Parts: sequence; C-alpha cells; structure tokens
Amino acid sequence: MTTSPAVAERAAAERAATAAAVRGPLLLGVRHHGPGSARGVRAALDAAAPGVVLIEGPPEADALVALAGHESMRPPVALLAHAVDDPGQAAFWPLAAFSPEWVAIRWALGHGVPVRFIDLPAAHSLAMAAQEKAADAGEEEAGPADEAAGGEGTHEAPDVERTDGPAAEGLRVDPIAVLAEAAGYDDPERWWEDAVEHRGRAEDPLAPFAEVAEAMTALRERYGDGGHRRDLVREAHMRLRLRAASKEFGEFADGGGVAVVCGAWHVPALASKAAVAADKALLKGVPKVKAELTWVPWTHRRLARTSGYGAGIDSPGWYGHLFEAPDRPVERWLTKVAGLLRQEDRTVSSAHVIEAVRLAEALAVMRGRPLAGLTETVDAARAVMCEGSDVPLALITDRLIVGDALGEVPDDAPAVPLQRDLTRRQRALRLKPEALERDLDLDLRKENDAARSTLLHRLALLGIGWGEPTAGRANTGTFRESWRLCWEPELRVRVAEAGIWGTTVLAAATARAESAAVSATALVEVTGLAEKCLLAALPDALPVVMRALADRAALDADVGHLAQALPALARYLRYGDVRGTDTAALGEVARALAERVCVGLPPACAGLDADGAEAMRGHVDAVHTAIGLLPPAGDGEDSGDGQDAGGGEGGLPGRWAAVLTKLAGRESVPGVIRGRAARLLLDGGRLADGEAARLMGLALSPGTPPADAAAWIGGFVGGTAGGGMLLVHDEHLLALVDTWLTGIPAAAFPDVLPLLRRTFSAYEPGVRRTLGEVVRRGPGGGARPAVESTVPGFAPGIDAKRADAVVPLLTLLLGRETPAPPSSDSLTGETS
Amino acid sequence: MTVSHTLPEAPAKPADAVLRPHAEDAFAAELAALAAQDDRPRPERWRLSPWAVSLYLLGGTLPDGTVISPKYVGPRRIVEVAVTTLATDRALLLLGVPGTAKTWVSEHLAAAVSGDSTLLVQGTAGTPEEAIRYGWNYAQLLAHGPSRAALVPSPVMRAMSEGLTARVEELTRIPADVQDSLITTLSEKTLPIPELGEEVQAVRGFNLIATANDRDRGVNELSSALRRRFNTVVLPLPATPEAEVDIVSRRVDQLGRSLGLPVEADGMSEIRRVVTVFRELRGGSTADGRTKLKSPSGTLSTAEAISVVTNGLALATHFGDGVLRPADVAAGVLGAVVRDPAADRVVWQEYVETVVRERDGWKDFYRACREVSA
Repeated sequence: MTTSPAVAERAAAERAATAAAVRGPLLLGVRHHGPGSARGVRAALDAAAPGVVLIEGPPEADALVALAGHESMRPPVALLAHAVDDPGQAAFWPLAAFSPEWVAIRWALGHGVPVRFIDLPAAHSLAMAAQEKAADAGEEEAGPADEAAGGEGTHEAPDVERTDGPAAEGLRVDPIAVLAEAAGYDDPERWWEDAVEHRGRAEDPLAPFAEVAEAMTALRERYGDGGHRRDLVREAHMRLRLRAASKEFGEFADGGGVAVVCGAWHVPALASKAAVAADKALLKGVPKVKAELTWVPWTHRRLARTSGYGAGIDSPGWYGHLFEAPDRPVERWLTKVAGLLRQEDRTVSSAHVIEAVRLAEALAVMRGRPLAGLTETVDAARAVMCEGSDVPLALITDRLIVGDALGEVPDDAPAVPLQRDLTRRQRALRLKPEALERDLDLDLRKENDAARSTLLHRLALLGIGWGEPTAGRANTGTFRESWRLCWEPELRVRVAEAGIWGTTVLAAATARAESAAVSATALVEVTGLAEKCLLAALPDALPVVMRALADRAALDADVGHLAQALPALARYLRYGDVRGTDTAALGEVARALAERVCVGLPPACAGLDADGAEAMRGHVDAVHTAIGLLPPAGDGEDSGDGQDAGGGEGGLPGRWAAVLTKLAGRESVPGVIRGRAARLLLDGGRLADGEAARLMGLALSPGTPPADAAAWIGGFVGGTAGGGMLLVHDEHLLALVDTWLTGIPAAAFPDVLPLLRRTFSAYEPGVRRTLGEVVRRGPGGGARPAVESTVPGFAPGIDAKRADAVVPLLTLLLGRETPAPPSSDSLTGETS
Repeated sequence: MTVSHTLPEAPAKPADAVLRPHAEDAFAAELAALAAQDDRPRPERWRLSPWAVSLYLLGGTLPDGTVISPKYVGPRRIVEVAVTTLATDRALLLLGVPGTAKTWVSEHLAAAVSGDSTLLVQGTAGTPEEAIRYGWNYAQLLAHGPSRAALVPSPVMRAMSEGLTARVEELTRIPADVQDSLITTLSEKTLPIPELGEEVQAVRGFNLIATANDRDRGVNELSSALRRRFNTVVLPLPATPEAEVDIVSRRVDQLGRSLGLPVEADGMSEIRRVVTVFRELRGGSTADGRTKLKSPSGTLSTAEAISVVTNGLALATHFGDGVLRPADVAAGVLGAVVRDPAADRVVWQEYVETVVRERDGWKDFYRACREVSA
C-alpha cells in the first residue's frame, strides 16, 4: 500500500512521456473484431488520453454515439445505414463487445471525450455501392452471402483488412495474407492471432501499433491501393476529417490530441501528407443518396462467417472469451467446454479438463505458437473430452465458438428500415394499422387484395401477428381469404426485432423462411413452411426450402411422414394458386417424395398391428390420390425402366401401380391394406376380372384367419364414402362377392358371417337397403329384368346417344386433353 | 506369449529375405537422417523430437536435402495430436473403420519414437491377462519356485521397464476383464507382481498405443475408467474422391497382379463408379452435395471397395470378356451395401431409384443394379 502513490506517480509520468512522444495524431491500426486489438486500443487510449477519438465509420452516426452508452444497449449491435427512399439499399457496421471500435467508443463516452466517425458518409457509400452494383449487374451475380444477410442491396461493411468476401475479390490484396505468407504461415487468421492478438500485455502500449503501421506502410508501398478502388476516396475523406479534428483539438503535448481507430490498412494513408486540394478533388462528384442511420441488434451468429454475412470472423464466441477472460484463457475456455458437455449429459470430469489443457499447451509448443489458440483447444477437446468424435464438437462450435449472444438496442434508437418499408406498403395497399379488431375478406383475383394477402402472410412468417387467418364465409374457394386484423402496440417491437432479418418485408421474410427451413427438424414443419412461402410469394426462399424438404425427406425413415407430406404438395401442384407462382421446383421435390414412398412403402407395410394397419391404409389412400394429381414430369420418363416397373406404363403412376400390385399380393401385408390395394388397382382398371376374383378368393379362403379376411373385405369395399355405393352400382363387383359367398362351404359360413356383418353394417341405411334389393333380385344375369322394370319417368334402357352428348362437357370439366373413354364401366356394360 | 524378441542389431536373416520388414528396419535410413539433424528437445528415451516424429510420418524434406517419404496421407492435425499425446503421459487410442491405416500409423509411431515397433499385443477374443501383464515359465516355477527368473514378461511389461512404446492391436476385441488390467498400468504407471511381492515401475519414455475398430459389431466396449486414460484420435476415410480412387486402383493393381488378373484401362471408370457409390452412401449425400441419402449399416470402407473391384475383375476375367463391366461390380456393391436385409435394402433401392437412375451415363449400371436386386 505504501508504494501506491509512488506507482501512481510513475504511471502518470510515463503517461506524460508517452503522450509527449506522440507527434501528430495517434493512429491505432486494428483488425475489426480482434480482441487483442481491442485490448491494445484500450491500453493505448488509457496511456495517451487523447482529446478526441476518431473512428472508422459513417459520420452520420455521430448523433447516435451517445446511445452506445445507454444502459440498455448491449453488443453485439450494428450501425445500419439505409437509403431513405429504398430501405433495401443498406449497409451494416457490426460491433461486438470485443471490437476495437466499440471499446474506443465506450472509452470515450466513459471519459467524456467526443467521438467522431470519419469514414465516407453513408450517403455516399450507399450511392456508390448502388452504382457499382448496377455496373456489375451484367457481369457478376450478387454473392449469395448478400442475399443471406437479408438485404437486397446489403453490401459488406467496409471491412477493409479482411477481404474474404465473394469471389470477385481475387484481384484485391489481402494484406494480412501477404504478411502471413512472409512469416511462413499458411493461415492468415492464425498469423494475426499469433503476432498481434495473443501477445501478452506489452510494456509500451503504443509499440504494437507502431509495428503494425510499419508493416502496413511496407505493404502499401508495394501494393498501392491493393485493388480496393473505393478506398482512395474513403481515405481522402478520413484525412480531411482528421485534419479538421487536429485543428480543433490540438496536439497531445498541449493536453489535447487526436486518436484514430481504423483498419490497419488505412494507417499509412492517414499518416501520409496529401494536399488538401487533392483530397477535395477526389471527393468531387461522388454520388449521393439520402441516408439514415440507426442501431440494430446483432447476433454472434451473424458475425460469424458461417451465417453468410461477411463481417468476417469464424469464432466470435472464442474472441469474446479471449476479451473477457481476465487471465488463463485456455483453462477457462476448456472449463466452459466441459460445462457445456456436462449439460448435455456427457461425463466430463475435472481430470478431463486438466488433460485437455495439457494437450492443448503441448500442441501449441509443438506447433511453435506462443499460446494455445482455438485450433489447439479444439483438437484437445476432441481427443480428450469427445473421444475423437465430431458430434459433440459440432455442439461446442455452435454454442461456444460461435455462441448465441444477442444484442439489444434501446427503444429510443431511430426506427428500423423494416418499419419504414412496412409503413410504405401499408399506405400503398390502403391497409391501415388499427387497434380495433376487424375482419377483412380478400378476393385474390384482384391485384390489390392479392398483394394485401401476400403482405399479411409475410408478416405472419416474421412473427408479426397483425392478421390472423380465419375461416371466412367462403373458405371453400381457393381465391378467397379471410383475415382478422388487429394492430397492437407491441407489434412495433416485433417489427424492430424482425429488423434483424432484413430491411424490407420481402427480404426479411425470405431470410426468416430460409433460416427456419435450415433449422427445421421434422418433415411436416418444412412442408408447412413451403406452403407458407408460396402463400407469402417468396420465390427466393423457395429453393432453400425445397432443398431442406428434399433433405428431410431423404433422411426420414418413416414412410408415414413422407405420405403425410405428399398430398399437400400434390394439391398445390395440381390446382396451383391464383398468384401464379412458378412451381417447377416443387414438382421435382414432390415427385422425388413420391418415388421414395414407392420404395419404402412395401417394407413399411409388413408386420403392422391393427391400428398401424388402419393408419397405413389411410396413407395408401392419400398417396394414391396425390400421385393421381401429380402432373407428369416434363422430360418424359425414360422408357428403359417402364417395362421393369410393370403395367407396361412408364413414369410414376406405373411404378405406383407396381407397388400396389406388390402390396395386394404379399402375404405379410395386413388384410386391410391388401384389400385396399386390390381395390385401388381394380378402380384404376389395372386388374383383370379373373385376377380380382383370384385375389379375393385367396384372401377369403378358409385358410386365412377370419379377422384378416374381414379386414380384407373392409379394405376392399369398406371405409371410404363410395365403398358401399360401388357395390350397388357395380354389379360386376357384387357378382364377385356373391360368387365368393355362395362358394363358401357350409361349415365355414358361420365363421365368416359376423365379419361380413361388421363391414356391411357400416354402410348408410339407404345403401344397405338398395344393396339388399339388388341382391334379392339376383346378381349378374338376373339384373337385367330388374333394371328394365324401372322407376317411373325413366326410359327402360339407356339412351346412348343422349349420354354421349354429355361427354364433351365432362371432358372439359375434368380437364382431360383427349376425349375421355365412355364414362364408367357399368354404363358400357349395359349398353353393349 | 513368450519372448522371442530379435534384437535389431543382430538380425537373424538378411532384411530382404523377410516378407515384410518392420518399419524401423524398412525406413532405417530416414530415421537415422532425422535423428542426425534433429536439434529440438527430445522427451526422455525418445529417439526423435516430437516435431521430427510428425515429419517422419507426414513426409517432407530435411535441410540437407534428404527426402522423407510420407507414411500417412491425411490431415496433419491428426498426426500432431497423436505425437503430442505420446509426449505427455496419456496413452493414445487410434479409432477408425477397418482400412484406415490404424495399425500402420501405430507401427510407424512406435518405430519413430522408440525405434522398436515389435512390443505388440494382438487383441483377440481369447487374449489372456498374461499377454498384458506377465506369465510364468512353469518348468522354472516348479524347479525353483516363484522368482524373477521364472517370470515371463509381456510386451507391455518390457516396454514399462525399458521406457519404450508398447502397442495393443484391436483393443476392443479383448475381453473386458482383460482390458481392465491395463488401468493400473496406465494410471499408476506400475505393474504389481503379488506373487513376488514386487512391482515393475514404468520408466520415463513408456507409453502405449492402442488401436480399435469403431464400427465393428460384437466388440467389448471400453469401460469408462479405461477410456479416460486414453486420448482418442479418429482416423478418417480418404478426404477426396481422387485420393480414394487412387488408393483403390493402386491396391487393385497390386492384388490383381498377385492373382494373375490383368487390369484394363477401361476398368478405371468402374473403379471410379464404385468409389463414388461407396462415398455417397457412406457420406449420406451425393457427390455434388445436392441430395441427401440414407446411409446403410455397413462400413463401406476403402478396403471393401478394393475387394468389390478385385472380385469384379476376377468375374470379368474368368467369365466375361476380360473388361470390367457394370454387371461385374453391381453384385459386389449390393453385397457390400446390404448388410441388414431389411433396412439396408430400402436404403439401396432408394439410392438406385433416386440417384443412379437419374445420372447421365449410368444407365447400364442402373440396369445391372436392378437385375441383381430383383
């Protein structure tokens, strides 16, 4: 304690010495999101105590800086700039707790020092980006990263040292990579970590920055602007702002001083002595749009490269840890890992942690690194804690290395562009947000109503529950939709939250749907999502959703799930939607799904209990209907396999018929499914008369257990609405049953009777009575006189000519290309 | 398990007469060159520094221009973790499906670290405790009573007393109670001999490399107490199709020559096809990454691909026109994929119907597949 005044005195003296040593502005070259840089910046600012802090960022944000000190502001957050009249044109400057820029802002706010942003104003950079994009549109497609980030016009934040953006960057120089190569590292990331981030607290807090500046100067001498053309303009602007600040705040020696926190790449440019006139000339004629800025919450996942946004770091969680850990980062990190694994019920003891730390350190020594880094700790965790398996490791990557930190922004931050976009759309569609609950009926054939429906569906996808679909008065038509609308104040918060997904309703809903598709686990979830995407007219999200759907379908071993998913898709494909979405991708997926059902169904039908069989019969029916609805593939199925598939008909229907034949003939399949399959084949005209009789005889023979025989009958003629009616109208079928019935030996008859009663008693009374009458009259040959004895008002026979007159209209109604064959079998039977 | 250990400096036979020389003999020149130029610190009783050991395995060029051939082609990380583990006092467990060079890596590690890869216990269902601890020379025992002279040390015991690297092959095939006799050795680094009231304490430099098969059925799972003594390294299957096609065609060529089978240049396309099918089913997605697939229960290792192709080659030579055709390999592929008649058959059929059928130039293979699976 006695030494403390002396220590303080010495520190003050040192600070004075450091500050005095700095001539001109203090240039702190950093790596964006580098925790080591952040720590270095804090130490340097503490040591130099400048009078103003300049930061690489859009100057429009000067007004928003105070919000960074707000108590409910929690990083990761991003500065979002967007063009006022086109919210889709936007740029982000993400900041995490361990970003040097953030540290500098907080330091300045804490010390009552003003903060200025010195980069090119967003008004210019947005306009320039739009210009470039328009110029590039012909030759280069927007990187997928941009779309995933959720903004149509989103471009990478000016993250200059790290140019790992889309492919076009080939021409540009990655300064870190050049330095790393010179140092003999194959991974630039690792070199920077070893050389800058992992070094201990230096004696002189300013020394590392001087070294970085020196290295960058050498690089800039060699590479010039390194292919980053826009940088020259930006640097000119930075120099102008820097000069103004220097004039205002003076030198360190005078108690003022200017500190600049910027990407290391820019340091040499800021140190150079360019003429003011030259800088101003560079800035002349730069395009401009009206831009607005605000703070938006950000997440670690979006900071990570893996989520597609090019903010540029793989491991925000690890960086955050490095920045926060007061000491022994490796030990603390592996303890965290152990804690996570324990939560997931893996046995990880303290001994494991000890061994992992030892292995990580030994690995670092062997690889010649100053400190165990992420790679070493991952290797150690895998070998010691995960038993060499990558599965728990994926968990560690997801939860810790990337992490799910979610930022917060105070309520008084300016409105997000999504809100503006929504307001604009509401106005354009004349759909006012009102707190009063009201019903809205939409006729989707009208353009405005269709757009309203699309908007409501999109908002629903974003979790903004403004409208709720209700069963309206005309819910049977596909062109009508009914909504109940109610705008509650907290929906504004929802909009702000959804702002993370994008800057326009369309972009945000697309991004949200894509993310949901990727993270969905059940097949049904994805099918539902696909339907929502179609309703909300999100064509860009559809490929991702379809891909997820195909993936889930491929991995789902339960045919039941596949069968459930198929009908919705088939319906959509067949009847389309009034919005006219392109459904080619959907058709492909649906056919693949049907294909998988065909393969998986026969084995799945074996060894089912009564309930399972009943459920499966439902699936068989649903799939049958769905396959009937599926339009044929565009590229005509290849003929080679049609023959093998049986039925002499190629394509899906042929294969499905083969599956049904297999089901109908296989002993191990429950009776109800066999009967159902036989019936479907018969209805489809794929069974010869003799064949149906043979199948029925086989199923109902005395050797078959009675329960199974009854189930077969149930499957064949029971269940669905037309089951009984069919027996009434189709004498042919009735004859089959009758033949079988009369063929039963007298001894076996009492056993069969209750089973038949069970099936036939389920028919409606009217059907039962008619059936009884037909049977009394006698089937087959005996039927003719009965028909001729007629109901009053009807002719005795059928007038074939008049019946044929109906056919063209029927053809039209059914949408068949070729004239349909005379409508039903029984009719032809009668007339011939 | 008796001691008939041949000392390296007194070979009983000339090296070239042996069918397969030990790693330390086959690569003696490389090891000597490495030892001569290795100036990094070496753990006690190690012949080379950890850095030089990983160079020996991964291959490279020494400052004086000596070329070290790569012994293991695969991720550098794996070798580094393995070598570092041996340098700490943790034992190393190499896991992997059959045919991923586990034994090969373990032999070369032992050769480079201790200069002796022969302290080997082969794990089988019948491996007795004596093979891991010690046995007795019963003639001695009866004549002179229990003494060190009557004791027959196991390879593990010898490695402990001399500070060398011991190897245990197929650890998971050893019965669980015998496995557990390793626990004391690995944690206390001592082997008590209660009959003599003595113990053997491991000297510095002792360590143990075990290999185990992680997809074999009917193995004896390691107890967690034993598992905890090991750092686990999983040896992966070849990373790229090219590497795998290369391995398969090279092995098929070698095997074919010893069986008197000619290798046609046309055969390459079938080899590529078999490797593609195996990789896709194993990896659970098509090569273009567009479609996911179910994986069958079999391992579908590179070694199996080799045997499928060799088999097809034999078929083509003896029953066909000598050119490897889709029909020759289809049956073999089916046999390798469908191990479980119920579940795997669905996987296979889905694969045939959704992937093989659609692929350009695979029509003949599709027909062959349908023929054999019908």
